[in-house]
Amino acid sequence: MTELLPVDRYLVDSLPTIWFGVVVFSLAMYVALDGLDFGIGMLYATRDEHERETLLAAFGPIWDANEVWLVAFGTTLLAAFPPIYARLLSGHYLLSIAIVMGLVVRGVAPELREQREDPDWRRRCDRLFVFGSTVTPLLLGVLVGSWAFGTPTLSAPSLLTGVGLLALCVTSGAAFVAAKTSGSLADAMVRYGTTATVVYLVGVVVLLAVVALTNPSNVRALLLSAPALGAVLATVSFAGAGLAAARLDRHRLWFGTAFGLSFALVGLVAVLLYPRLHPASGLTVDAAVVSPLALNLTTVLGLPVLALVLWYFKFLYGTFAGPVDGSEA
Amino acid sequence: MSATGALIDGTVLLAQNNILLSPELASRLQFGWTITVHILFAALSIGLAPYIVYFTWKDVRSDDPAYARLRSFWINVFAVGFVMGTVTGIPMSFQFGTNFPRFAEVSGELIGGPLAFEAKMAFFLEAVFLGILLFGRERVSDRTYVLSSILTGVGAWLSGFWILVVNAWMQTPRGFELVERNGVEIAKLTDPVAAFFTPRMPWMYVHMMNASVIAVTLVVAGIAAYFVWRNRDSVAWNTALRMAVVVLLITAPLQALHGDAYGRHVADTQPQKFAAMEAHYETGQADLHLIAIPRSLDALTDPRTDNLFTISLPGLGSFLASGGDFSAEVVGLHEYDENPPVALVFWSFRLMVGLGFLFVGLALWGGNRLRKGRLADSGRYLRAMMLSSPLGYVALLTGWYVTEIGRQPWVVQGVLKTSDAVSRSLTATEATGTLVAFVVLYLALLAAFGAVLKWLIEGELERMGVRTVDDTSRPRLPWVSGDD
Repeated sequence: MTELLPVDRYLVDSLPTIWFGVVVFSLAMYVALDGLDFGIGMLYATRDEHERETLLAAFGPIWDANEVWLVAFGTTLLAAFPPIYARLLSGHYLLSIAIVMGLVVRGVAPELREQREDPDWRRRCDRLFVFGSTVTPLLLGVLVGSWAFGTPTLSAPSLLTGVGLLALCVTSGAAFVAAKTSGSLADAMVRYGTTATVVYLVGVVVLLAVVALTNPSNVRALLLSAPALGAVLATVSFAGAGLAAARLDRHRLWFGTAFGLSFALVGLVAVLLYPRLHPASGLTVDAAVVSPLALNLTTVLGLPVLALVLWYFKFLYGTFAGPVDGSEA
Repeated sequence: MSATGALIDGTVLLAQNNILLSPELASRLQFGWTITVHILFAALSIGLAPYIVYFTWKDVRSDDPAYARLRSFWINVFAVGFVMGTVTGIPMSFQFGTNFPRFAEVSGELIGGPLAFEAKMAFFLEAVFLGILLFGRERVSDRTYVLSSILTGVGAWLSGFWILVVNAWMQTPRGFELVERNGVEIAKLTDPVAAFFTPRMPWMYVHMMNASVIAVTLVVAGIAAYFVWRNRDSVAWNTALRMAVVVLLITAPLQALHGDAYGRHVADTQPQKFAAMEAHYETGQADLHLIAIPRSLDALTDPRTDNLFTISLPGLGSFLASGGDFSAEVVGLHEYDENPPVALVFWSFRLMVGLGFLFVGLALWGGNRLRKGRLADSGRYLRAMMLSSPLGYVALLTGWYVTEIGRQPWVVQGVLKTSDAVSRSLTATEATGTLVAFVVLYLALLAAFGAVLKWLIEGELERMGVRTVDDTSRPRLPWVSGDD
C-alpha cells in the first residue's frame, strides 16, 4: 500500500484544504440533520400527548443515524488536524463535557419513554428530552462560536452563536414536522418555524454587529471578504425563501431552505476559520494537518465511503418519506 | 508516577483537600469508568447481532411464531442497547481531546484515520440500517429487510475492528517515526500496513469478538433458562436455550485455547504486563499460579507469592512465556522503574481465566444434557445458567482491565506515558467534578437499562400467560409485533 500512495507529497496539493472542506461538510450535515432532531425536541414541549407521538414517529427512524454525523465530524477533525481537535476540546473542557452529557440525556430519553406506559414515567422522560434538546444545541453553538471567533465561552459572540443555533434548530425541526404532517399540527409548525426564522435572522445581524464592533481575533476583515458576504447573502435568501415557502404550505421546499440555512451558517464559520483553523492560537491548516501519507490514506479509504454514506442516507430518508401520524408511533 | 503511586498520591490529595483528585488520576478513572459502561453495550451489539440476523431471517422465511417471539424480544434489547452504546461512546471520543489532548496530538496520525473509518464505514452502517430494521418492516421488501439486519450486524463487527486497530496499535505500536511538529514530538505515520495490522491486532480481534459472543450468549441462555423454568413448554425459549448451549459449546473452548496462545504473545510483546499478570517480581524461572488465595488483606492489594496460598505449577510460567522451556528466564517487575497496579491486573487476570474455565464446564454440562435431549428437565442446569448470565460480562471486563491497566504507565506502549498525555490546563476541580458527574450519569443509565430489561421480561411472562402484571409496565414499542 505504501508504494501505491505518495509518502512525501499530498495526492493533490490542495488536499489539506479539501479535508478542511470535509470537516466543514460533516459539521454542516450534523447541524442540518441532528438540528432537526433538536428542533423537534424543543417543539415537543408545546405539544399534547397525541401530537408528541406523531413527533416521535416523524424522527424515530432517522435520528440515530443523524447523530453519527457528530462523530464523523469529530473523528475527521482528529484524523486530519489532530492539534486542532486537542486544543479545541481541552481548551473548552467543561463546555465539551456538558455537551456530551446533554447528548446522553437527549439520546436516551425518547427511547426510555417508549418502554413504559406509566404517565409519570413518560412525563419525566419528556422533560429530560426537552431539556437535553435545548441545552445541547445551545452549548454546541457556544462552542462553535468560541472556536470561530476565538472568544471565551462567556462572551457575547459565543452566546449569540448559541442562541442562533437554537433558533436554527427550531426552524429545521418545524419545517421537517410540517413536511411530514398536515392540519393543525402543520399549521402550528409554520407559526413556530416562522418566529424561529425571524429570531435567527435578528440573531445573526446582532452577532455580526457585535463581532464587527469588538473585532475579536481580528475577524472584522474576514467578515467583509467576499465568501463571508456570500454566506450572509445565502442566509438571507434561504431565510426569505423559507418564510415564503412556509406561508405557501410548500413544506418540503421549506425544509430544503432550512437545510440551506444550516449550510450557510457553517459556511460562515468555515470562512472565519480558513486558513487559521484555531484563531485562539493562530494554528493554520498547513501547520495542523497530518503528514502526506496519513492524509492520502484517509482520502483513498475515507472519501469513497463518505459517498456511500450519502447514498445510505438517501435510501433511509427515501424509505421513510411521506406523512406520518401518531398511530404509527 | 506509577498508577499505584498515583492512586496513593491521589488519595493523599483527596485527604488533604477533602474532595479533589489529581487531574491525571481523575481523568484515568473517568475514562476507565466510561469505557467500563460503554463496553457492556458495545459488546451487546456485537454479540447479539448474529442472533438478530438469525431470528430475523427465520422470522421472514418461516411462519414459525417462535422466531417472531424471539426476534421481537431480542430486537428490543438490541435497540435500547444500541442507544445506550451510542450515548456512552460519544463522550469517550471526546475525552481523547478534553482529558488526554497530548494523546490526540501525538498519536493523531495513527489513531485518527481508524477512528474516522469506524465512524464512516461502521457506525453509519449500523445506525442507518438499524433504523430500517426497527421501523421499516412495512416499507421494504423481505429481502431488503433481512439484508438490513445483516448490515446492522456487519456495522457492529466492523466498528469493533477499527476500534481494536487503534487499541492494538497502542499495545504494540509500529509503522511510525517520532518527528517534531509545532514544538511537540509526534508519531508520524510511515507504514500504514504495519500500523493497522500490528502484531496484537488479530489476537485482540478474535479474543474480543468471541468474548462478546460468549457474554451475550450467557445472557441469552440465562434469560431463556428463566423463561423455560417458568414455562417448560415454551417452544420459543426452549429453542433459544438450545441455540445458546450450542454456541457456548463452540465459543467457550475456543476462547480458552486462544487465550492460552494470546498469553504467550503478551509475554513476547509486553513482558511487563505478563509479569504483572502473574505478580512475578524477581527475574528468573516463573511458576504458574493455578489458584491463588490471599492469606491476608495485604495480599489483596499487593499480591506476592509469600502472601498467597497458591497451587502452582513450577516452571510453567516460563514454559508458557518461552514456548517450551521450563527454566526460561522471565523478566520480573523489579526490573522496571514504574509498574502498573499489580493487584488489579493479577486478580483481574485470575478472575477472567477462572470464569473462562467455568464457561467451558457449563458448555460441556449443557452439551451433555442436550445430547440426551433433556436440557430443559434439569432445574439445576437452568438455575446454573440463570446465575451465570452476568458472568460473561465480568470476564469481558476483567479481560479489559488486564489489557488496559496492564499497559500502564504507558498509554502508547514505550512511546507515550499516560501522565504525559493528560491535559496541562485541566484543574483538579474540573476533573474531579466531571468524574463525579459521569459516575452519577452512567449509573443512572445502567439502572435505566436494568429497568427496561426487567419490564421486557415481565412483558414476556405476561404474554406467556405465566403471570399478569400491571398494564402500565407493558413495554410498547413500535416494532413489537403482536405475534401472540
